[in-house]
Amino acid sequence: MSAHAEAPAPLLEVERVVTRYPVPRGIVGTMARRPKLTVHAVEGVTFSVGPGEMLALVGESGCGKTSTAQTVVRMVDYQGGSIRFRGREIGKLSQRELRPLRREIQMIYQDPYESLDPRFTVRDAVEEPLLVHRLAGSRAERDAQVREALVRAGLTPPDLYIDRYPHELSGGQRQRVAIAASLVLKPQLLVADEPVSMLDVSVRAGILSLLDGLRKDGMGILMITHDLSTAAHFADRIAVMYLGRIMEEGPARDVVRNPQHPYTRALISVVPKRDPREQTVPQILTGETPNPVHVPSGCRFHPRCPIAESRCASIDPSLQPPAGAEVPDHRAACIVTAPGPDAAEVGPDGRGDTAAPAA
Amino acid sequence: MSEPVLRVEDLHVWFDLSGGRELHAVQGVTFELRPGERMGLVGESGCGKTTTILAIMGLLPGSASVAGKVFFDGVNILEKGEETVSPHRWSDISMVFQGAMNAFNPVKTVGSQIAEPMELHGTATGKAARAQVRELLELVGISGSRADRYPHEFSGGMRQRAAIALSLACEPKVLLADEPTTALDVMVQAQILELLVRLTRDLGLSMILVTHDLPVVAQVCDRAAVMYAGEIAEMGEMATIYHDARHPYTRMLFSATPDLLGAEDVKSIPGAPPRLDRELVGCPFAPRCDSTFAPCTVTHPRRLEVDPGHEAICHLNDRVVVEETA
Repeated sequence: MSAHAEAPAPLLEVERVVTRYPVPRGIVGTMARRPKLTVHAVEGVTFSVGPGEMLALVGESGCGKTSTAQTVVRMVDYQGGSIRFRGREIGKLSQRELRPLRREIQMIYQDPYESLDPRFTVRDAVEEPLLVHRLAGSRAERDAQVREALVRAGLTPPDLYIDRYPHELSGGQRQRVAIAASLVLKPQLLVADEPVSMLDVSVRAGILSLLDGLRKDGMGILMITHDLSTAAHFADRIAVMYLGRIMEEGPARDVVRNPQHPYTRALISVVPKRDPREQTVPQILTGETPNPVHVPSGCRFHPRCPIAESRCASIDPSLQPPAGAEVPDHRAACIVTAPGPDAAEVGPDGRGDTAAPAA
Repeated sequence: MSEPVLRVEDLHVWFDLSGGRELHAVQGVTFELRPGERMGLVGESGCGKTTTILAIMGLLPGSASVAGKVFFDGVNILEKGEETVSPHRWSDISMVFQGAMNAFNPVKTVGSQIAEPMELHGTATGKAARAQVRELLELVGISGSRADRYPHEFSGGMRQRAAIALSLACEPKVLLADEPTTALDVMVQAQILELLVRLTRDLGLSMILVTHDLPVVAQVCDRAAVMYAGEIAEMGEMATIYHDARHPYTRMLFSATPDLLGAEDVKSIPGAPPRLDRELVGCPFAPRCDSTFAPCTVTHPRRLEVDPGHEAICHLNDRVVVEETA
């Protein structure tokens, strides 16, 4: 590889995106002129996903990871920032203008028991996106496309599944059908929201390997997960979110083995290890994540942070390379672990080589 | 070694299905729980782990028939059904139900709900009960002054702590915890697991932790029983089971579980567990197993003690079967 071979242009570039939801006051609240409250779900999130790259957005419930995913696919309105897909700003497009893009960006949901219509056969479910997007050719062409998608999703031979109903399938098979229904449109980017959390452990790895195979074939994947172990195994990069912000971002290996942000460090210390002899001392944070309606001042993590200093209550840190980072594209939003007070802020383009580690 | 506080012997549970069919959910489960011990009951959904502990509590629905014995302090509490179970339920053996944190009555204070079993079992009433409720809340890490609050004023983690306090209301000796951290975030999970470990240490409580999450068991329990298709496929010390698994299911389940820092590939287990509403021939895991040989599809393997305190139901450990096949 030449010294600076042009990195593939990112598929998805998200920059300082802000998504807020109003808290309904109800008629009584409005009459009583109670203050308008806002849920700060996503507060200035910046990341990108390249072709053949899997980025995992990791965090606890309420951290804004699902809101981020829904913003990116324009399922919810957002208040600021930009979303570019293949270099084109899609944040301002109308729903009608977005429609052709929906083919290229597909979503996979958490619960394959809910996401499939019980009255649809596998064929109906996988064929429907073709009909919706008016990509349907002749019956024979559709049949071929459905079968091809089933094969790509690991449901082989397709004859065994194509005429079945969801209730005749296991959880893992259902999730494969949902994935096939995305793949039939030949998307370039998959947004997978907790794709395995409803499944039994023994089948999770199969679904994740399937996504991994798609990634190796050039698909960009944004995976939302609460499970750091899964992210560590399957993602190229990990972004750890807390209260609407990315606190740390970098190559999966670096984030997990050399965490820099105190929140990431605490999270990693409490993930149970498989080997009973590998007992680590968990660094248990007290309390729970604060309500995103009342976000703490300064660094939003400072009230729970074990290494917070007084300045943390007033300075809202941005992502920058921390002193302990071993690679240039590893960043954390913490002024205590940053190299110095005047460390320059690094934009989303300050990333290095994102090629996946040789498998 | 001290006498077991709980001994389950050849427990079977059948559920009546429509059309006169039966589902054999628990198929001859036998294990012991020693005082102060934390044992994990692990397996995938439908393996019979929850049914096992509900049978111990005598809380299965009417469509279930139960056979076998459950000894508490040497007495078979299943002997006369409800008549012999109910004196022990909650006062000797109690349970944290799956989703208990969401099962509080929203219109009653948390404190009054924790006092309910005390009044029901006559262990404390009125002022004494209220004082005990405050003590219990403090014990699980909630300020006693919150006893008069309603469930919606508690966060998820606090409701789970309150559910644990509720299970401790009548000072049980055995706690059965069904997926106590499943719906919780890792940080809150760590807090709850730390609490459960502390309670078993400080109160001498014995605990069965039912979960699908092997790493949770690995970090919390002394011993584990891995269930598959209604049976305990393998049981032993936690470290032994991890480092020297003698049932392929245990080994494959560990390989299917991603580890934060593990470098090896995560491998799924092909296929799905068998249906338990029909007769099983041979080993129930054989269709998914990576180490089958001739007898596996023909005869059901025997339960064998491979080392003291370590047992598994697999033909590979049966010298007689292996030699006959060779």
